[in-house]
Amino acid sequence: MNEHQVNEALDSITSIDDNSEQYLTFLLGDEEYGVEILRVQEIKGWDQVTSIPNSPHYLCGVLNLRGTIVPIVDLRLRFDMPPKEYTPTTVVVVLKVEGVTNRTVGIVVDGVSDTHNVIPEDIKPTPDFGASVSTAFISGLVTLEDDTMMMILNVDRLLSVEALG
Amino acid sequence: MSIDISQFHDVFFEESFEGLDAMESGLLNLDVGAADIDAINTIFRAAHSIKGGAGTFGFMAVSEFTHVMETMLDETRNGEREVTAELTNLFLESVDVLREMLTAVQQKTDTDDVRIENVRNKLEAMMAGESVAVKAEPVAVEAESVEELKSQGWKIQFTPHAHLLQTGNDPVRMLRELSSLGELSTEINDGKLPPFSDLEPEDSYLSWDLTLLGDIPEKDVVEIFEWVDEDCDLVIEPLAVKRTTQVEENVVELDKPEAPVTATVVEDVTPAELATASEQTDAVVEELGPAMVAAAIDKPAPKAKVASAPAASSIRVGTDKVDSLINLVGELVITQSMLSQIGDNFTPNMLPKLIDGLAQLERNSREMQEAIMRIRMLPISFAFNRFPRLVHDMTDKMGKKVELKLTGEQTELDKTVMEKIGDPLVHLVRNSLDHGLETPEVRLAAGKGETGLLQLKAFHQGGNIVIEIHDDGAGLNEDKILAKAIEKGLVDVNDELSPEKIHDLIFLPGFSTADQVTDVSGRGVGMDVVRKNITSLGGSVEVVSKRGQGSVFTIRLPLTLAIMDGQTIRVANENYIIPLISIIETLEVNSSDIKQVSGKGELYPLRDEYVPIIRMYDVFNLNPEATDLEEGLLVIVEGDGQKVGLFIDDLLGQQQVVIKSLETNYRKVLGVSGATILGDGTVALILDVPGLIALYREPSLALVVNNDRAA
Repeated sequence: MNEHQVNEALDSITSIDDNSEQYLTFLLGDEEYGVEILRVQEIKGWDQVTSIPNSPHYLCGVLNLRGTIVPIVDLRLRFDMPPKEYTPTTVVVVLKVEGVTNRTVGIVVDGVSDTHNVIPEDIKPTPDFGASVSTAFISGLVTLEDDTMMMILNVDRLLSVEALG
Repeated sequence: MSIDISQFHDVFFEESFEGLDAMESGLLNLDVGAADIDAINTIFRAAHSIKGGAGTFGFMAVSEFTHVMETMLDETRNGEREVTAELTNLFLESVDVLREMLTAVQQKTDTDDVRIENVRNKLEAMMAGESVAVKAEPVAVEAESVEELKSQGWKIQFTPHAHLLQTGNDPVRMLRELSSLGELSTEINDGKLPPFSDLEPEDSYLSWDLTLLGDIPEKDVVEIFEWVDEDCDLVIEPLAVKRTTQVEENVVELDKPEAPVTATVVEDVTPAELATASEQTDAVVEELGPAMVAAAIDKPAPKAKVASAPAASSIRVGTDKVDSLINLVGELVITQSMLSQIGDNFTPNMLPKLIDGLAQLERNSREMQEAIMRIRMLPISFAFNRFPRLVHDMTDKMGKKVELKLTGEQTELDKTVMEKIGDPLVHLVRNSLDHGLETPEVRLAAGKGETGLLQLKAFHQGGNIVIEIHDDGAGLNEDKILAKAIEKGLVDVNDELSPEKIHDLIFLPGFSTADQVTDVSGRGVGMDVVRKNITSLGGSVEVVSKRGQGSVFTIRLPLTLAIMDGQTIRVANENYIIPLISIIETLEVNSSDIKQVSGKGELYPLRDEYVPIIRMYDVFNLNPEATDLEEGLLVIVEGDGQKVGLFIDDLLGQQQVVIKSLETNYRKVLGVSGATILGDGTVALILDVPGLIALYREPSLALVVNNDRAA
């Protein structure tokens, strides 16, 4: 490898680093959602939660995550989708949420599917559905290589203290 | 090879602040006239190491300042200089300045050079043998002559710069201060006041023409403006023999403590705008926090820098505590290896060995837990040691004589509790000094000794630490409190209240009976906040008072916030923990004993009182297992001084639980004070009795929370 090739290789690496961001995608029914991978703390299986009295129906409860108490939100219920029974294969994605304070919140999804590199310019704005569909928690849409669509979740808004109650 | 010495800065600051504390307490204990050579040596050594350290790290201003102090301390040590009250006070002031300088260096902010220069001049003046009073006063603003001018009065033009309020100075306070010197008339110029839309709430636009009548030394007048002379245009002229022009129409009387800006513009403001403006003010106050506000009140007006407290805190731990911890870890490792050996090739006949091993593990971990808790325990002297200075300064200012007695300073309590109890304690002590203890004249007239006694006691009682604040002052004035409470509509005129109930009224929000709002206390925010803070720590505060003999405030706090004894209960297939401390008893009920109130409320006759029954599944909206009171149990608990019976399905075990916050990742839940992790790794919620009572009284509170979420 001569110097020129090395530089070219380095350039291509840095160009990836500069522009694209990695997203983790997961499924809810047939819909594919993505979150910034740097926000994902861990992915774990479903475990028994302790429910919180007088909390919204989509808040399953709280979980012990190595000594910290973490609230778990069922994303299906949050988006008013029909509920699905929890099985040992149900997946909880634990996310870091930024706000006034940084918090850790878990979301229940059907399954984790893939990771994708996305260049910010490729993110298209969310169309306005008016009152019929709430898109407040979606910060943009991306068409993936296989022509499927990924909705990028605005984690901070979706899981803010106010939104969780 | 160069070494990056900035890595040692933290240690230097920590040691320096400790040194300053040592100097301060040494100075306060210094007897005037008969100086204790050891005490002076301690102070000298502290000053010396600060000077040395500051020199090494290149903080020249600190080092030079300390040098002057050190020289004088050296003279004192050698007996060349006598310890006078003047000297001690000057040293104390220097300690303050040093602390300020060090904080500024640490946080890389600016220092108040004027103040430093002042104190330094005083020090140098005293070193040169002059009396402080002559030369020490600040390099005055436009002072025309050094000699103290005596005259009929002063004409003062006071034009604050726009940013004056941001420096933490308040013109109202200065004017009030001036009015205490003599007869003051003020004329306000609001010519620079912009239209409301352009008004910056944090800027000051007003200026004043003041006329101060009376035989007042110039230095007293100048002193009031001492902190603002760079932030305002100030002209102080002696009043000629001719009397002042009479008060004009728009003269504002001074005893109305309104904020000047709001007072003048209120007319053409819509309520919404006003609300935002006041919100902003609130926000500012909140940002400053009670501690800062208290600090700002403490000293007339130090240039308030919104100091961000250094983030990481550290504690000093005795080596014996660490050693015992290391021993325990050693034992734990041995137990662990023993257990894994048993586990490696386990046969049923090894069962007794396994059980032994597990018992040992349990003992080890409990001992370790205790040892670690001990590390977090600090003697309460950390909270107490600020009081000698506080009392010293405040009594000076108020012309009272007070002896402060501290007992039980070695009583240990959790660091977190200690940090949170500091402000409420300061408030109570200030209160006792300001309202409780009388001036020497009043005391003598009442047949008491001239010097008041203020006692702070700390001791352990059960699982609690008790802090008492005694004063032998005037005591609470029941008539006045009652009158005030009736005036505020807190109690009915016809209510017959026992003295205890009346005393308790002072903890209600918005309550202050101070005749006069002083610098020190009496702004009506206070006792309710004190009680709130203490309650939020799981403690309580009470007052016992006797007219003419004094008051005792008693604070009870849990030793630690991290661990408590809990009773596990079951309600509709959910497990909850009730703090054992709030349980009075548990009983089975006969339906026939239950009394109904208006068809809904249920009361249980417990000996001579009726206790309301809270059905847990009701307040928590759960699917009940049993709705018949005879099928479950009634746990009588007490919260906020009220007894209630919680209807539950079953009692499970008792255990020590480690309290975890729900708020770290979620939010506060009404009726729940926190969560804990049970032996099987699942989470159980800890019930908050006062919260449950609130929820029972006002079930819509839960709905409000839900609506908030939906919005």
